[in-house]
Amino acid sequence: MMVAVASREIRDGDLVFVGMRLPILAYAVARNSHAPTARGLFEVGLMRDQPASGFLGTMGDPPNVAGALWATRMSNAMALMARGDVDLGFIGGAEVDRFGNLNTSYVGDPARPQVKLPGSGGGADIAILSRRWVTLMSHERRRLVERVSYVTSPGHGDGTPGWRRGRGLLGGGPVAIITTLAVLRFPEDGGEAFLASVHPGHSVEEVREHTGWELRVAEGAGETPTPTEAELAAIRRFDPEGFWTRGQSA
Amino acid sequence: MTMAEAVARFVPDGATVAMGAGLEALIPFAAGHELIRQRRRDLELVGPISDALFDQLIGAGCVRRVTAAWLGNVSEGLGHCYRRACEHGVPRSLEVHDHSNFSISLALWAAAWNVPSLPTRTLLGSDIVRTNLDLAEADGLVHVSAVRPDVAIVHAQRADEHGRAHLWGPLGITEEAGLAAERVIVTCEQLVDAGVTLSDPNRILFPETKVVAVVHEPGGAHPSPVQGFFKRDHAFYRDYAQRSRSVEGFEGWLREWVLATPDRTTYLERIDADALRVKQPRPSAPADFGVE
Repeated sequence: MMVAVASREIRDGDLVFVGMRLPILAYAVARNSHAPTARGLFEVGLMRDQPASGFLGTMGDPPNVAGALWATRMSNAMALMARGDVDLGFIGGAEVDRFGNLNTSYVGDPARPQVKLPGSGGGADIAILSRRWVTLMSHERRRLVERVSYVTSPGHGDGTPGWRRGRGLLGGGPVAIITTLAVLRFPEDGGEAFLASVHPGHSVEEVREHTGWELRVAEGAGETPTPTEAELAAIRRFDPEGFWTRGQSA
Repeated sequence: MTMAEAVARFVPDGATVAMGAGLEALIPFAAGHELIRQRRRDLELVGPISDALFDQLIGAGCVRRVTAAWLGNVSEGLGHCYRRACEHGVPRSLEVHDHSNFSISLALWAAAWNVPSLPTRTLLGSDIVRTNLDLAEADGLVHVSAVRPDVAIVHAQRADEHGRAHLWGPLGITEEAGLAAERVIVTCEQLVDAGVTLSDPNRILFPETKVVAVVHEPGGAHPSPVQGFFKRDHAFYRDYAQRSRSVEGFEGWLREWVLATPDRTTYLERIDADALRVKQPRPSAPADFGVE
């Protein structure tokens, strides 16, 4: 479900900073359905206009390199994003707050953390420099929190409209949080996430119960459209053994 | 030169070492394992992601400081040794200088160009600027201080004995890591004649003046992939992730794959290398360097 929903965020013609894990599948699905001319950019230093022919455990796997449009150094991929050429980015996260700020660094005091998470990778770069971005997350109270204790990748900051412009951040910030239960979206000029749609089989009450803040519900918030046959077929093709989608409904 | 000799001569205790600059491909695991066998201590590791290798060096007690963007096991998630070191000081405490992928690249370019820092728009609004003192915000930009490795260790597809390495596929931050470092150790799948490397000078990664050692080490990047030579060994990463969850599990893994394995030749006999080997060639068209 998350993969199919994420793929719909990709518009035809977009240059997408893909990242790892589920977004690789989302790009493959989009490219095979509604966004045939979307290109993928990978921070390792790759650009593609079609999904890799084989399974990918990481973006640096050989099938992702064969048939690439560009194999280069990371700083060149970052140069495109620094100039505002990347339309959409995907970022994974351990923790997100109501203003879309992501923490992938520390739980607790950074000097003596309770949990040391792996870090930014390219996450902070995507969050700051891509035109818009989306994060994917398992919907749990401990992950969707009131405020993150450490901002690895800034979203809409303190939630004041226009916060990003004021701080000099290039891109527009997060447009959606796609979870295992629902899709949350943000107002145009930043601010607080609201519930936009609930995945089939789940309820607004359930979503609110598993969210760490008093989640506002958009007027007309309905059910997230289920994955189409074409989307499901693409997911099965690019993740045949369920390596990335195991334990999740598509 | 053998791996043991290269590591003994050029990577002393306390050295700042750039490794795994390819992010997920071409990670010099064989060199890292030799560092562990030679019981190197107080290293500072520099790299973007270095899939699982940094976690192993930390677990083995070789590391004092990490300057990196992401540290873990890319297909499996968290780095358990890294967590134990940061959260409990096991096997020793660790100083962490957090970066993003872009900012670690810039830190190395700054060192390569011999300037104190480079400005960027990335990391504005991120707490990474607050907790890493190598980063400072001024005039609406983030200034990234140079990071200067003593040595960069790079695994390449092929190299000649003079240190001219050909490397292909995405490069990550390999070039800036090598140019920023005082010296470069190249490990390679194939040791070739100078005629091969010089036939395509555009593909030579570093000038021979930077390279102090060339180690012919086929399979030296396993379990990471090497374009044209080896696929990624996903199952090996999964096994490492599971066994490294506990100190005892990690120590067992380390004994089996590093401490009780004297060299890469022995190591390769214990994996199914043939199943991972790339068998269908996909060569690029040669470039014509004709003169007259």
